[in-house]
Amino acid sequence: MTRQAVAAGVSALALLTAAPALAEIKIGASLAVTGPAAFLGDPEAKTLEMLVEELNANGGINGEEVELIVYDDGADPNKARTFATRLIEEDEVVAVIGGSSTGATMAMAPLFADYEIPFISLAGAVVIIDPVQEFVFKTPHTDRMACEKIFADITSRGMTKVGLISGTDGFGASMREQCLDVAEASGVEIVADESYGGSDSDMTPQLTNIAATEGIEAVVNPGFGQGPAVVTRNYAQLGIELPFYQSHGVASDEFIKLAGDAANGLRLPATPLLIPDQLAEDDPQRQPVQDYIAAYEAAHGEKPSTFGGYAYDAFHLLVNAIERADSTDPVEIRDALEATEGHAGVTGVYSFTPEDHMGLDLSAFRILEIKDGGWTPVEE
Amino acid sequence: MAGQETTTSAAPVDTGRDAYLQNKVTRRRAIGPGLGTFLVFAVLVGLGALIFPSSYFYRVGTLVWINTLAVTGIVVLLGYVGLVSLGHAGFFTIGAYTTAILPNYGVPSPLAMLSGVLLAGLLALVVGRPILKLSGYYLAIATLGLGMLIWMVLSKEAWLTGGPDGMTVSGMNARNLFKMVGLNLKSAEAWYWVAGFTAAIGAAIAVNLAGSPSGRSLRAIHDSDVAARSLGIDVARAKSRAFVISALYAAVAGGLLALANGYITPETGGFMHSVEMVTMAVLGGPPRCSARWSAP
Repeated sequence: MTRQAVAAGVSALALLTAAPALAEIKIGASLAVTGPAAFLGDPEAKTLEMLVEELNANGGINGEEVELIVYDDGADPNKARTFATRLIEEDEVVAVIGGSSTGATMAMAPLFADYEIPFISLAGAVVIIDPVQEFVFKTPHTDRMACEKIFADITSRGMTKVGLISGTDGFGASMREQCLDVAEASGVEIVADESYGGSDSDMTPQLTNIAATEGIEAVVNPGFGQGPAVVTRNYAQLGIELPFYQSHGVASDEFIKLAGDAANGLRLPATPLLIPDQLAEDDPQRQPVQDYIAAYEAAHGEKPSTFGGYAYDAFHLLVNAIERADSTDPVEIRDALEATEGHAGVTGVYSFTPEDHMGLDLSAFRILEIKDGGWTPVEE
Repeated sequence: MAGQETTTSAAPVDTGRDAYLQNKVTRRRAIGPGLGTFLVFAVLVGLGALIFPSSYFYRVGTLVWINTLAVTGIVVLLGYVGLVSLGHAGFFTIGAYTTAILPNYGVPSPLAMLSGVLLAGLLALVVGRPILKLSGYYLAIATLGLGMLIWMVLSKEAWLTGGPDGMTVSGMNARNLFKMVGLNLKSAEAWYWVAGFTAAIGAAIAVNLAGSPSGRSLRAIHDSDVAARSLGIDVARAKSRAFVISALYAAVAGGLLALANGYITPETGGFMHSVEMVTMAVLGGPPRCSARWSAP
């Protein structure tokens, strides 16, 4: 009796797992939808869901529906790796988008080489694509590029002596290191190098130090979260007249709200997402940026963030690659992905090569200046 | 629980059975109750492998065994002696990070893991004496502080540990272990066997410890420090020994996790991970070594 019951159970299970294969393309995602990095994962997940719906309404990819499977890893690398295994083994996806954070991405990355599944990360750090891993791509630009862009703007204004005031959080620390690294090649000299803790409420001592440094011509603040807003307020309170630069980490309307009038006149590198209406008519990114903003606002009733933009680009790059490959074989999708040439997204214009799996150049960043509580592109 | 003496309630009827029981008791004494535990674990590990349909299950299984190992250490401390530590994630990450860092300086992974375990044990020995003078909330807070300090060092010393972004663990894959004996397994399966085997050994040692004289003195301390002292037990020394042992367990688990994941971040050493470990131990029933089933 028991044996029969077991046998029946087993065959029922077998039937379940052997359900006929649907003509569906499965795409997986492991994102930090909740937890400390939810500000990254939440808009990313919302963007992906919105895009899949839109795509299926328009007939899918080459007539096949797309199914999106999203897992919430809470930015925990351990969970991310477990979910990546699940996506590959259980859900049998053809490609994976995700890893909102660098840790999660790096924990997942080795799996994709093992199973030969293309993977597009949404995290920032350089280590993801340097050294290049065959199956790993990423859409956000790196903090190294942000430093180069800022320094290029500084030197174009005829200045060379720069002071750094960096947050000690992951973002700030990593960007500070990259800035120090590229300073010489970019033709600037770091004459002051201060830091602050992420939850500090007053940075006047560090700023006083920097302002008193001999010969200093400009100040850069690699940081994230509320720290840069405090630095910006202190900067204005101390009446420092030097040109002031923030990083792409605070490129959002919330930052202007937090920093208030003190933010006027500061510059930062950002994606065109902040200036949809000020992009030139012939700008290749004008169309995707305006499409994305319109669709996101219609679907969620709020403005999209830069991070959602990374997911938007990742999804379109992937769909584009599947269409060109005209196949759902992961390796062929990867090959098509690597052959991507001049794909205009909201973050930048992507051209992947076997040596470059990020595919962006400095033109993806626009230097913006805050004027009267709004963003103004700086003419280059 | 496996390993406990289970004498039959029925009266012995013939001498053959008597001799059999006698023989059984002697054998038990010779090899200790740990073997029984080991076998139970071995069966559980094997059973898992029989029913797991894919690597994903092996992956989750691996995490279960790694956690089992770490929590066994907590059980030694919390269950046997009755001391609460909220800093064991610290020892866990020391094991993990040493396993990750040393291979970059040319040390082979197994040796690196061993060094991590020793380092964690050494740290537990050094800080154990002073902080184990505390008890109750005070001890919990002191160990919490220790865990936080370790976490801070790991997330700030970016040149060594990669900072908050974490670092890649290069080196060994359990697959190669099985390849040496001619078995070609997927890495998720290979890690499952390694983690399961290590957890089984760890559990066997812990069960053996419970029955040993030093284990009994730990349990005496659990009931009363003063009474234990009056029996001639060196309380400070016994506590410190238990603390070191539990740190060793955590570090072995940490090293395994680092190798199995291939990537670690300071999150592993965070406060929440310490709390998770204690929670798993409490849910499983701290006085006993069996039943600590907590999937991540």
